[in-house]
Amino acid sequence: MGVPASGAVDIFDLRVANRLVGNPDGEAALEITAEGPVLRFTEAAHVALTGGKLEALLDGEPVPMYQTLAVKAGGELACGRVMQGWRCYLAVAGGIAADPVLGSRSRDTLSMLGPEPLAAGITLPLGHAPQPAPSFYLRSPPQYAAMPPLRVMAGPQQDWFTPEALLNLRRDAYKVQPQSDRVGVRFDGAPLERGRGQELPSMGMVAGAMQVPPSGKPIALLMDHGTTGGYPVIAVVISADLPLLAQLAPGTAVRFSDVSRQQALAAAREQAARLVRDLVAADAGLLAARALMNLAGGYESLRQAAISDGKRRIRIRK
Amino acid sequence: MNLHPMGEAALLVDTASPAHAQALRHALLASAMPGLRELVPGQASLLIVIDPAALGLDELAQRVTTLTAEARAAAPRHHEFITQYSGEDLTAVARLSGMEPVEVVRRHAATSYEVAFLGFAPGFAYLTGLDPALRLPRRAEPRTRVPAGSVAIADEFTGIYPQASPGGWHILGGCDVRLFDTSLTQPALLSPGDQVRFTVAR
Repeated sequence: MGVPASGAVDIFDLRVANRLVGNPDGEAALEITAEGPVLRFTEAAHVALTGGKLEALLDGEPVPMYQTLAVKAGGELACGRVMQGWRCYLAVAGGIAADPVLGSRSRDTLSMLGPEPLAAGITLPLGHAPQPAPSFYLRSPPQYAAMPPLRVMAGPQQDWFTPEALLNLRRDAYKVQPQSDRVGVRFDGAPLERGRGQELPSMGMVAGAMQVPPSGKPIALLMDHGTTGGYPVIAVVISADLPLLAQLAPGTAVRFSDVSRQQALAAAREQAARLVRDLVAADAGLLAARALMNLAGGYESLRQAAISDGKRRIRIRK
Repeated sequence: MNLHPMGEAALLVDTASPAHAQALRHALLASAMPGLRELVPGQASLLIVIDPAALGLDELAQRVTTLTAEARAAAPRHHEFITQYSGEDLTAVARLSGMEPVEVVRRHAATSYEVAFLGFAPGFAYLTGLDPALRLPRRAEPRTRVPAGSVAIADEFTGIYPQASPGGWHILGGCDVRLFDTSLTQPALLSPGDQVRFTVAR
């Protein structure tokens, strides 16, 4: 029927966020792009922030990412800008009780399906929180300050391109364009020219597929991509690197490197194993010590910016 | 039959026709093979998305080559869409095809089209049967936003944008029709095999 699966564009950080608050993988969380909201909790809750480096204040105090945070009833979590990377996930124990559409509780921005995008003043209902209360952190969390080359496999239409195009893609840096969104990341860089002039029959697409329109500027598809497309696919970003693709901020330059199918499968297995291996149960004392260690210096810039400007307030209730 | 991996978790199968892609899709659905995630028919292809932990691409490729295509019987439905031919690309299409805009409209509305497959956006149907004189490649730079209801052409197809979305097709006009409704058991109005005509709004 022409609807993609949609869902979080950085599925790794969504899973980590859910696990940090004791949720099953499929629970709905907030995806925050570039800048986050101010959230008022009407009831006590456990939350976790993952993804790009976000400056956030809980009741005026800076809080770390990648660990469980306890929020008091009436507490306020003020999210600032994403300083490194591009997207963050905020999971709440019990999940956000959004109504699914066609089996998804994600806003599909291309299909305009699923829950409405958040706006200031709305109230988000929560599901039942798991017992006992969660208390975890993630060992060696991802860093999105310097992006490694994105690993790609040869695309089904690789032979449509000139040898120069195939070389350019592997040699040059490509810069993320501001028009990028949940449908796809648009790149600018050395043009990828076709050796063939004919039109391609439209075919099914996957997230990670790097389509090349006649302009020669590739578009790497994300979760809200159209189910089919008519531009040749020069390469496909491997599943394990889709989270990195989703974390590319506009203006970031990135390179691409080739891997085999076996390497792609191994990378996906390693990522899944890491979710289990690096998730550490810890008591409140250890989490507090870890928070102190990670937050030396605090967020003076954020505090001075008086972020609670009232425009981005969203209420969270049980 | 050509098979191409599309990343490590999908196989693109080139098929002779949309009908063949549909037949292969039905055969795969009937096989109840574990590890199948998504089947996406294309113009002359079927994309098979898998869970690589449950099904290997090599094993899938073997199954696909041995699966015999089964006949698919479905009664086509007929649709007629009243269209305002005032799209922003009408004059450009006329110039590129070397005819007057009124002739572009006449030819576009003179044909009965068939739904080849769905894709690109929810409820978006690729309609075949376009007058060969109107065949143009997609726009070099896709538009970031095409209004809902836009009637457009590209390559050998015409189609209607069910909702506002990015798009690289040439817009001839617009019509007022609900092509996708999640409250219905069959959300998409158009299905492969359906017959479609456009009539000029008076």
